Amino acid sequence: MEAETQHTILKTNNLSIGYASKKELKVIASNINIALQKGELIGLVGANGIGKSTLLRSLTKVQKPLSGTIMLNNKDLSDYQALELAKGLSLVLTEPVASKNLTVFELVALGRQPYTNWVGNLSEKDIESVNLALSQTNINDLKHKKCYELSDGQLQKVMIARALAQDTDVIILDEPTTHLDMYHKAYILKLLQKLVKETQKTILFSSHEIDLAIQLCDTMIVMTNNEVVSDSPCQLITKGTFETLFPKDLIAFDNKTGNFRVKK
Amino acid sequence: MPNTKTYKLPFILLSLLLVVCFFVNISLGSVSIPTKEIFKSLVGTIDNESWHYIIQNYRLPKAFTAILVGSGLGISGLLMQTLFRNPLAGPFVLGISSGASLGVAMVILGSGVFGGIFTTLLVSKWSVVIAASLGSFLVLLAVLAVSSKVRDTMAILIIGLMFGSITAAVVSVLSYFSSAEKLQQYIFWGFGSLGNLSWYELMIFTIIYGLGLLLSVVSIKALNTLLLGENYAKSLGLNIKKNRLIIIIATSLLAGTITAFAGPIAFIGLAIPHMVRQIFTTSNHKTLLPAVFLFGAIIMLMCDSIAQLPTSDYTLPINAITSLIGAPVVIWLLVRKRKMMF
Repeated sequence: MEAETQHTILKTNNLSIGYASKKELKVIASNINIALQKGELIGLVGANGIGKSTLLRSLTKVQKPLSGTIMLNNKDLSDYQALELAKGLSLVLTEPVASKNLTVFELVALGRQPYTNWVGNLSEKDIESVNLALSQTNINDLKHKKCYELSDGQLQKVMIARALAQDTDVIILDEPTTHLDMYHKAYILKLLQKLVKETQKTILFSSHEIDLAIQLCDTMIVMTNNEVVSDSPCQLITKGTFETLFPKDLIAFDNKTGNFRVKK
Repeated sequence: MPNTKTYKLPFILLSLLLVVCFFVNISLGSVSIPTKEIFKSLVGTIDNESWHYIIQNYRLPKAFTAILVGSGLGISGLLMQTLFRNPLAGPFVLGISSGASLGVAMVILGSGVFGGIFTTLLVSKWSVVIAASLGSFLVLLAVLAVSSKVRDTMAILIIGLMFGSITAAVVSVLSYFSSAEKLQQYIFWGFGSLGNLSWYELMIFTIIYGLGLLLSVVSIKALNTLLLGENYAKSLGLNIKKNRLIIIIATSLLAGTITAFAGPIAFIGLAIPHMVRQIFTTSNHKTLLPAVFLFGAIIMLMCDSIAQLPTSDYTLPINAITSLIGAPVVIWLLVRKRKMMF
């Protein structure tokens, strides 16, 4: 059992990310060595503009890494076909869906696209997966509502359900808690924790809710100007990694509460 | 994408309405023919030769053209609205019809300007058709190239309007140098007409239309995926570039040939998908596409029946009728719903 729970799903090897144009090479971060295990909730934190989004874009094959490799299920990410990748990795992005005229069921069912036939008909198994995703995220009662009728918090749950319906080993969320109130921030992250436990999926999210992430995540990836560190939250606190997150003039990390305090 | 409702009843009603409109359309015209004789002509047992000729060679092709034009423009509007994620998109607004007009102006008016060998080479029905399709395809490609750089959809619409202005400018330059006869030919084309097609031309029209329709049907799944936005669509394994090209080719085949054979017909492409969404409250293209087909055909048959000015000798330009009906509908939708969905 022990060996099974320590199964590595997503692994980077000397990954270097950034933007390459004809004129110059802009390296955002380099020497990234992280390994995401099966059934883990991983939080990615870092200051604004440090490259969290770039890292997520690289991990999801939206952009090419400058150097190094990314392995998903022991296969190089660059060797994946688009459809194959869609069955291994699903996303929740910060951008709103283009059409809010979809019903919740329709939207979640779009997560089944990689498995449906040429016209997109749902098989019984597809409908089963959609209903499972709806109940896992507690939105069964929203099923027939249109997306424009939903609050931000409800919409975020729907997007998570859509990613679940895609039936992938890894789900990556880009700042799933922005625009939400304090209660819903905690609710969404707690939901992710519950999903990890129930489904043994690997869920990676980026967030600015450092205190919540410390309480809920199995592993955290901290991006600072100099390095990308990944470890369990307790270890990171002990090592003092969180102190290096931000400039020290305004706020300071309190080891006891796992929180940032404004300097008086 | 699932259908939570199957919309059986609206589909049956729309199909019945289409049949009724079809018969109303062929029974109206400048010559009044009794309804009984019309049915007789359709089954081939009519005695009156001239009535038979009118129905077989004039009214039937016209009714079929109306069906193709209405449904085709509606579908191309639907494809554009999803592709550009913009409820105001349509073949006319995005300048596709302008592109077709420009192509036709080049051929009809340009042949007079360049003269010589071009005159005989260019001015046939087919060169008009090819020029219109080519013009609309080029404009659509240009709009797409711009839209990949500019994310702001308002900018894309303004660019479409600019293409309209450029067309108008080029046409006025060309018309300055053209003969009155050529100018008249172009202006009459601009009025739009459903009635000038022979059975042979209608066949060619149907083949190209069928190709566009086929590509639209093939794109149903991609269109549904695109409702999430391009980044989500990509993450679902959709080949955006390939599918976008297919959708664009489908649109320019439909809008291009329709403009070529029937002239620039305004507002049908924009208004029909929105009217359909009032009845079918879904975004699923598996439902919307056949619904837009039926509804577009019905509206076009109705517009044509009105344009015919029953029992009079006059025929109004079809383009004016569709604008008179289409524009208020769009305004009404905007005022009532404040937000247009797609």
